[in-house]
Parts: sequence; structure tokens; C-alpha cells
Amino acid sequence: MEAKIPLSHFISGENKLSLNLNQHSHQAIRNEEYVVEMRGIVKRFLDVIANDHVDFKLKKGEIHALLGENGAGKTTLMNILYGIYMPDEGEIYVDGKLVEIRSPRDAIKLGIGMVHQHFMLVETLSVAENLAMGLKTSFLNPAEEVKLKVKDVMEKYGLKVNLDAKVWQLSTGEKQRIEILKAICRGAKILILDEPTSVLTPGEVRELFKFLRRMASEGKSIVFVTHKLKEVMEISDRVTVLRKGKVVGVMETSKTNEYELAKLMVGREVVFELEKAPSKLTDPQLKVEKLNVLGDRGQLAVKDVSFEVRGGEIYGIAGVAGNGQRELVEAIAGLRKVVSGKIYIGGVDVTNSGPSSVIKLGVAFIPEDRKMGFVPNMSVAENLVLKKYRENPFSNRFFLNYDAIEGYAKKLIEEYKIATPSEKALAKLLSGGNIQRLILARELSSGSEVIIAVHPTYGLDVGSTEYVRRLLLKRRSEGVAILLISEDLDEILSLSDRIAVMFEGRIVGELPCEKADIETLGLMMSGAYERR
Amino acid sequence: MIEIKLEKRPPPSKIEALIYSKISVAFALFVSGVILKVYGVDPVEAYKIIAFNVFGSIPGISETIVKSIPLALCGVGLTVAYRAKIWNIGAEGQLLLGAIAATGVALFTGDLPPYLLVPLMFLAGFAAGAMWGAIPAFLKAFFNVNEVIVTTMMNYIAIELVRYLIYGPWRGSKEWGYPITDEIPDAAKLICIPGTRIHIATLILAIASSILVYILITRTTFGFEIRVAGGNPEAAKYAGISYVKVVLLSMIISGGLAGLAGTGEIAGIHYRLRYPESISMGYGFTAIIVAWLARLNPILVIVTSLFFGGLLVGGYVMKMMLGLPVAMVNIFNGATLLSVLLCELMLQYKVKLKIERRKLT
Repeated sequence: MEAKIPLSHFISGENKLSLNLNQHSHQAIRNEEYVVEMRGIVKRFLDVIANDHVDFKLKKGEIHALLGENGAGKTTLMNILYGIYMPDEGEIYVDGKLVEIRSPRDAIKLGIGMVHQHFMLVETLSVAENLAMGLKTSFLNPAEEVKLKVKDVMEKYGLKVNLDAKVWQLSTGEKQRIEILKAICRGAKILILDEPTSVLTPGEVRELFKFLRRMASEGKSIVFVTHKLKEVMEISDRVTVLRKGKVVGVMETSKTNEYELAKLMVGREVVFELEKAPSKLTDPQLKVEKLNVLGDRGQLAVKDVSFEVRGGEIYGIAGVAGNGQRELVEAIAGLRKVVSGKIYIGGVDVTNSGPSSVIKLGVAFIPEDRKMGFVPNMSVAENLVLKKYRENPFSNRFFLNYDAIEGYAKKLIEEYKIATPSEKALAKLLSGGNIQRLILARELSSGSEVIIAVHPTYGLDVGSTEYVRRLLLKRRSEGVAILLISEDLDEILSLSDRIAVMFEGRIVGELPCEKADIETLGLMMSGAYERR
Repeated sequence: MIEIKLEKRPPPSKIEALIYSKISVAFALFVSGVILKVYGVDPVEAYKIIAFNVFGSIPGISETIVKSIPLALCGVGLTVAYRAKIWNIGAEGQLLLGAIAATGVALFTGDLPPYLLVPLMFLAGFAAGAMWGAIPAFLKAFFNVNEVIVTTMMNYIAIELVRYLIYGPWRGSKEWGYPITDEIPDAAKLICIPGTRIHIATLILAIASSILVYILITRTTFGFEIRVAGGNPEAAKYAGISYVKVVLLSMIISGGLAGLAGTGEIAGIHYRLRYPESISMGYGFTAIIVAWLARLNPILVIVTSLFFGGLLVGGYVMKMMLGLPVAMVNIFNGATLLSVLLCELMLQYKVKLKIERRKLT
């Protein structure tokens, strides 16, 4: 027997909300067709204008894509709707009534839920316990009470999660589902998803889209923030395009196409297909033999992995995050101890010899976690020589030569179009995309023999992605050996010469690029290939 | 409804930073003033007397400088450790080790001329302080032992070591049984500016170390490594910077400079080893505030150490001339530290007070 508890029971302070709204009841009632209407939103950060008189309208029951490059102001706009920022100018109407959203709590009361790019979950608690947080529940054993309620919601939308599992045991896709569940349990009628697919595998994306459609058909309104054109075309009913803080287009998805959207978003024509000239292969530059590496929890994360990458070749490793890729590249970069097996760079054995000797042999490394790749409180110039400060002309043995460092930085800033006030500005002032450019500039500029690129275009917009991919291909044609780790199968397919798939710490298969397609790779990534 | 919101603000200009520090000092003076008032002393009069005897007269100024020399040396050392995000709380113990080593050299090396003996004392002082700093650094670098605990505890070991020496093996033969060592030979005594107790050699060392450490941090490859390791340890590892080297070297510099301060106190002021609290009066702890108030800038440490030197002298003045308890100095220090923290907050965040108004249209 299941006790039915009305959803509203869980939403704290609903009564207060109605009082707040009464306050505004004498305001002109706006068009009821829109559940959210943001008018003339302006938000400035210091001198930068993130939202410049943005109008945004969300219809009931629609999936509305908010499309734009990095720094176009998508996330800022949604953070305003969710009460994280207050707008400098502009008005927000929810259900036709003028509201002031001062904090996420206000937003939740108004039925707005947001799923951030980075999940806000307590890893050591169970799913049910995480869901119970922020809900009005009984004092004792709140998780049990929540479970009953959540089961209904899960069935209604087809969102399946094991409620008793601890969060750290779950995959990224499942964690995202919890976040969505959390929003719905708190009574969200309007759901904002900030770049939801950037952390998912193709299979998980399909799942997500399935229950997004289901939720929309149940009358929920969904804002889908993204910079991926394919997804806009696949999932959305309408699309609003932002460029440099301004709305440059609002249209029905069925009446537009990828090329038009790309042009609107970037402001120029974009080439989708990259030309990959055949390149001359040289000797293996990176060789890994029967490598075994431990993960953070002491489990064997990389199992008997062997491969080699020749100069002039891009070797792609596809796989869902958490299948040992991070541990593998960290071992190659000298950041993680190897249990057994060998790593050779340019023929030299570097097994367990530490990061500095690997760097000296000319290995560039674009890490998965950008935080690893820069020092926020140091200048852009200093960050650009992070691995080279010991070399001439940037220093003699003891003293740094700031003229040389800053001259070099100016060159890279221009070449890689890093948007920074000056080379002396602190790196923490840069936006995420520009920090990525900074890391790429440092790692891809120098005469390295081997490049390890982990998600090199993660979080980059269309224009920058195109640029980075071209650059990788250029280095390939110069004879550099490139190890590419990515979850983005399009990226793997368009760049790699050979593709391997990692699953549960093993390489489960290796294909030449010509023989690989998304379906096969997707199957291999899910582990089905091995079992078959 | 009133709501207080903190919003990130742009990094302050140098002038703004200066103004805020002034405001924070004024705030500290105000808080202490209220306490003085409650105690029954007119704060304005008290501040006048303190100011005259601290900054307003030659003996006052010279005493302030005397107190600020060890503060500056310890403070400069701490900027190195703190820049590397190594929380050295042990400057007090490192200073005492320097004092022990200097006394030992002075008492037991026989008849050396001053131009040999004095440098030897400073070298020994630096080495002993550095060794005392290197122990927690070693434990941190190789066994990941928390340096806050180790450095703090090693202060007590140093204090007890001094006590043991003055009660035990080093107790002076000519001192009628008092727990102090014999006076060091004249050759070991530092030359002072005539009419003051300012020992010139240590003063020069303090100023020189502040400039050298500034250059070390901002201009050298090792300083670069310290800043990377302190700013983002992950990135330091990623860039191939040796964490062991950064931890060990920065603690050696930090402890060594505190050791120099200890040497200066022995060779310039006390001329013998005595009760640890007489040698140091908590210089190593006060230096923590000195370093932070200077925003970990070794040049500014000179300024902030003069300020705290003044506060210490002011404490004497309050005790001797105003008849106030020693606790007042502690209140001064405490109030200042609190307002430094507040000031730091103001420099990083905009404090927004929002008063909700009902819209009537």
C-alpha cells in the first residue's frame, strides 16, 4: 500500500508565495500564452555587458533551445531567471505576473527549477537523501517519505534511478537524472537545463531527450541551454539565438536549419567538414605496454592497456568518462604511479619517472580538468610559460626574464585570440572559454613531439572548436603524435586515424577510422561489444 | 526586510587598498578606544600619550624600531611560506632556536675576533631556525603531515629546550644561580646606534632580507615555483614543479630568517640566553599578523612590523604611564587582526545592503 502524498506538501512556503504575488496583482496581466517572459534584461559584470536588453519568451509545454557561443550570455540569462543574479535592468513575468526573483529560493517558489552543468549533490548520501534535502519532510527518516512520492514521478516521466544507491556510485547521466528529479519534486513547472548533454554519452543523450519530450507533453516548459546545433535541431520546438549578449534570432526550429543557426550564432559562415590530408607516418612516438594503473579509490582503473601512436597520426580513444581514460593519461603525463607495464616516449622509458621528465621529452598535455592547467592568481603571461619558465630566454638558471615572457605571451594572445585586458592580467579574470584557449595556446604552440589532448574542445563554441581541430590536424601533418581522448564521437571520428574504445579500464577494440561509425562505437562504449 | 549580499568586486587599486587598511586601523583604534573608555581612561588622551612615546620622540622611535626588527625578520620569512600556502605557525620556535644557536656559538667557540664571531653567530642562528623549519616541512612533503600542528607543537619544544638549557647545562657560573646563561663575550655583542638599542647589523639584515625575498618571490624561477605551488598545487604537479623542493626550501628560508631574528635578540639586546618569554614576547606569533597585514608583500612587512613594534611599545607605555594591564596590548592586537580580516573582505567583495521597498504604482 502506498500512501499518496500531494506534491505541494513538499514545497515549503507555498502560502507565502501567493501573498507575494497578490502584491503584484494590480499589475497588468500579460499574455497568458507565455509562462516566462523576460523583457529588456541587462546585466553588466564590471565593464563587460553580458546581457544587453535581452527579451526571452517561454511558452507552456515547449522545449525552447537557448543557443549561443561561449560568453554569449546564455548562462547569465538563465542564472537571472533562477535568481542567482539580479538583473541591472529589465522585468521578468512568470505566468503573466511581474515578479522579482532575488534568490533561487524565490525561483523555486515560482516553479522554476535549474539543472546546472556541475551537479549540486552530496556524494556520500543516497539518492533518496539527496532528494529529501530542500523538501518539507518529516523530521525522522525523511528519505523514506520521499521515496514514496518520487516513485510516482519516476513512473510518470520514465526517469529511472535507484533511490538507495549512494550518489558517488552513479554515472554522470544518473546524477543528472537526480538533479532533474530534484527540480520536479520541488514543484518545477519550468525546467532550465544548462548544457545538459556535455557530460553524457550518446546513449544517455537519447534517454534524456526521451524524457524531456515526455515532460513537455505533460505540460512542463523546458529551457535547453546549448551550443550544439544538432541538439537544437533534434529536441527543440523553438530556438532563441544569442550572440555577444544580444538576441540575434528567435524562430521555430522546424523553419530553420543548422547552417542558418550557425551563421546567426557565430556571425559568419562556418565550415563543418574538415579536410584531413593523408600524412606521413613516422616511428612510434608514444608507446604504452600492458599498463596497469590504480584509480583514486585504489581500484585497478587501467587494465593491461597497450597501444602505440606514431608521429603524424591521431589516435583517438573513445569511451564514457570514468572508464579509465583519466587515469591512463595521468599515468602517461607522469602524474600517476604505474603499477605495472611500460610507457615509452620517443623510445625513452618514462615509466614512473615523474612529470618533469615527461615534459622535457616534449609531451604537451591538455588536461581534462581545466583547473589543473592554470594558476588563477598569476598573470596570463606567467601561465603561458608555466612549463617553460626554466628555459631560455624566459629565465637563466635563477632569474626570470619578464621582457621575454611578456613578449612571448603577447604573441600567443594574438595568435590564439585569448580575450584578456593584457598579458599582465590575472588568469582568474578570464572566462572559461578563454582559459581553455590559454591552456591550448601553451600546450599546442611549442615544438612538442607528443600531444595528449583530453576533451580539447570541451565547452568551446563552434568557431573555437573549428579552430582547435584545424590546429590539431596541422600538428599531425607536422609529424606530431597525438593521443585524443574524447566523449564526443563526432570529434573522434572527424580527427582520428585510428580509434580505440575504452570500457572498464580495458581497450575493448580498435578500428581504423574508415571502418568506424557512431553506432559501432556507441555499442563498444556501452560494453555490449565485449560481451557479444 | 534588510538583506546583506556579498558580491565579488574588481581587484582594488593600490590606493584603494591603502585607504581600506587605514580604515581598518582606525576601526581597531575605535574598538580599543571604547574598551579604554569603559575601563575609565580617556581614549583620546591615552592615544596622545601613546603616540608621543611611540612615534613622537627619539627614544620612542628607537624602541619601536628595536621591537620591529625581529617582527620584520620573522614576518618576511613567513611571507615566503605563506605564498607557498604552507602555514608556518612556528616562527616563535624557529626564533628561539636561532637564539640558542647564537648563544652557543658566542659562549663556546673561544676567543674569536668580532668580524668572525658575529657572522658565525648569524650563520648558526639561520641554520638552527632553518633546521627547526625543515622538520615540519620534511614531514609534510614526504608523509603529508599537517604543518599547522607540527609547527605549533615545535614552538613548545623550543620553549622547553631553552628552559632546559638555562636551568640545566648552560646555567651561568657567575649568575648566582639565576636561570640565565653567562653573558656572551664583548666580541659577540652587536654595535648599536649610539644612544639607542638599535643593533645595526640585524636592522640591515631585516631590510636586506625584505628586499631579497621580494626579488626572490617576484623575479626568480624559485619564486615562480613558490607562487605556482601556492596558487594551485595541482597545476604545480602538472607543470613538473617539485613540491618537495618548494616545501623544504620555503620553510628553510622562513625558519632561517626567524633564526636570524633570534640571533639579533641575543647579540643585540639580551647578551645571554634567558627565559624564552623574555627573549621573544611572542614575536613569532605577532609576525603572522605582520605578514598578513602586509598582504604577504615582504617590502610592506617593514611598514607593518613598525606598526606592530609601535603597538608593543605602546603596551609598555600603557602599562607604565597609564597603569593599564598588559591585556590591553592583546586587545589591540586582537582588534587589529579582526579589522584586517574585515578589510580583506571589503577588498574582495562589495557589500550590498538591500532594503526591500514595496512598489506602489
